[in-house]
Amino acid sequence: MSVLIDKFDVFAGGFWLTLQICVLAAVGALILGAVLAVLRISPVPPLRAVGTGYVNVFRNMPLTVVMFFAAFGLPALGSNADFLRIPVLDSLFSRLGTDLPYFRFALVALVLYTAAFVCEALRSGVNAVPAGQAEAARSLGLTFGQNLRYVVLPQSWKASIVPLGSVIIAMIKNSALVGFFGVVGDLSQTADQLTSAEGYAFVPVAIGISIGYLIMTVPLGALLDRIEKRQAVAR
Amino acid sequence: MSQQSVLYDVPGPRQRRLTLIGSAVATVLLLVGAYFLIYRPLNDKGQFSMELWGPLVDPSNENFSLVWDRIGTGFQNTLTAAALAIVSSLVVGTLLAVLRIQLKSLTRRRFTGLATPLSYLLRGLSTLLSAVTRVCVEVFRGLPVVITIFFVARGFPEFGVSFDTLWYLVIGLTIYNSVVIAEILRSGMEGLPGGQAEAAAAIGLSPLQTTRMILLPQAFRIMLPALISQLVVVLKDTSLGFIISYEETLNIGKQIIGVLDNPIQVYVVIAVMFIVVNYALSKLAQYVQRRLSRGRKTAGTPAQDPPPAALMSQSESTGQGI
Repeated sequence: MSVLIDKFDVFAGGFWLTLQICVLAAVGALILGAVLAVLRISPVPPLRAVGTGYVNVFRNMPLTVVMFFAAFGLPALGSNADFLRIPVLDSLFSRLGTDLPYFRFALVALVLYTAAFVCEALRSGVNAVPAGQAEAARSLGLTFGQNLRYVVLPQSWKASIVPLGSVIIAMIKNSALVGFFGVVGDLSQTADQLTSAEGYAFVPVAIGISIGYLIMTVPLGALLDRIEKRQAVAR
Repeated sequence: MSQQSVLYDVPGPRQRRLTLIGSAVATVLLLVGAYFLIYRPLNDKGQFSMELWGPLVDPSNENFSLVWDRIGTGFQNTLTAAALAIVSSLVVGTLLAVLRIQLKSLTRRRFTGLATPLSYLLRGLSTLLSAVTRVCVEVFRGLPVVITIFFVARGFPEFGVSFDTLWYLVIGLTIYNSVVIAEILRSGMEGLPGGQAEAAAAIGLSPLQTTRMILLPQAFRIMLPALISQLVVVLKDTSLGFIISYEETLNIGKQIIGVLDNPIQVYVVIAVMFIVVNYALSKLAQYVQRRLSRGRKTAGTPAQDPPPAALMSQSESTGQGI
């Protein structure tokens, strides 16, 4: 058990890095997912097709394959994902600015993959708004944009919170994969490093790593349960 | 689909013209963007050359049959692992759901007619067991499935138990998915109208009989779409076998890349395979859902509470799997 105390800084560092990836990927996926959701409900057919195609492709592909694509495809496109070296952000999240691109590749993959699910969560929220609302707005003469902005989105937002939350939880769990794709020092890579290379006993390390992930996922899940119960009562 | 048309009017002539123009502009922009950002760089690096694609698409290539033979083996291994994992997680998940429901009803029982200390002991025991199963469910649901598989593959040899890598993968997937399936079924059972369980009790069925004959079949029926989307998750998650070097599709792909050095092409082929199978499965789930909702209406059965929205969406987002 002493490994938990001796190597506490390693565990904490791993937790911190995993948290960084999750925050960055969540923000990116929410933005991209929102754009996709707008595409999917827009009146212009080609844009709708792009949104639908994107969601079908990325939802049905394992994240592992997306990660491989990011790792092999981006260099082939002549990019080291340097567009993620955003001036202020990379001083805050130091890994964004490093010369080794693996953190950025993993981030790109996670964002691309999660965005498809975010899009679906948002869309299910829009679908949950009773049709009469949008119809009433239309009969008042609101355009598509006004309809979304003043009538549909403010209501759909509430219905989307719980599905969005479970998407984010799943994303946190998926972020464990980046440790196997060359990102050094996150929780899952720490587990590998401590048990195989440094030869620590397996069980304490496993407990430490598990606690690291459970700290992130369990409270979030409990929060979602509460929100859901409250919404159920309100309705 | 129908919801979309609610958001805007049926377009008139002017709007139709605008939409047409918008479509044309968007298409052109997309094509130009794809050409300059994707096609040109890839072409410059020779990624479309037959040298790289040949072994995968050209039957006359010397490596063609060998490559597809290997990919076939890999896909077969993927399907084997997925089939074993889904069957065992269904079995374990169902047992777990029944166990949790039973324990919950036990904690409410007062064990009257027994000696007082004994009844307190039984009540304490059932509360304890209920709490233990709850904690297990929360823990394994909260852990990433990669980590579970990794722990299984590292942990079992530690305790002197070693299997084929296939079984590590299956056990890891089963631990995670059985917990998820148990939760799906449990909330399916709890979402049923209370009258079902009451009627069963009124005709003298024991709690176990009630669960087995009344609640479980209905929960399975309601939750069938969610269960099928869980199948998609399992299929996607078998790709994690590569971290414990199980010879599934991705691992084979890596071997092929090691020889032929054409990563992008191989991954495109693998991705297409996954997408086709999973897309078909999710279409099946949608079809089943539509059938179910239609069937229930015509059968004239009492209105059942639809499965909680969050749960359905959860299963959808666990569609996220990996």
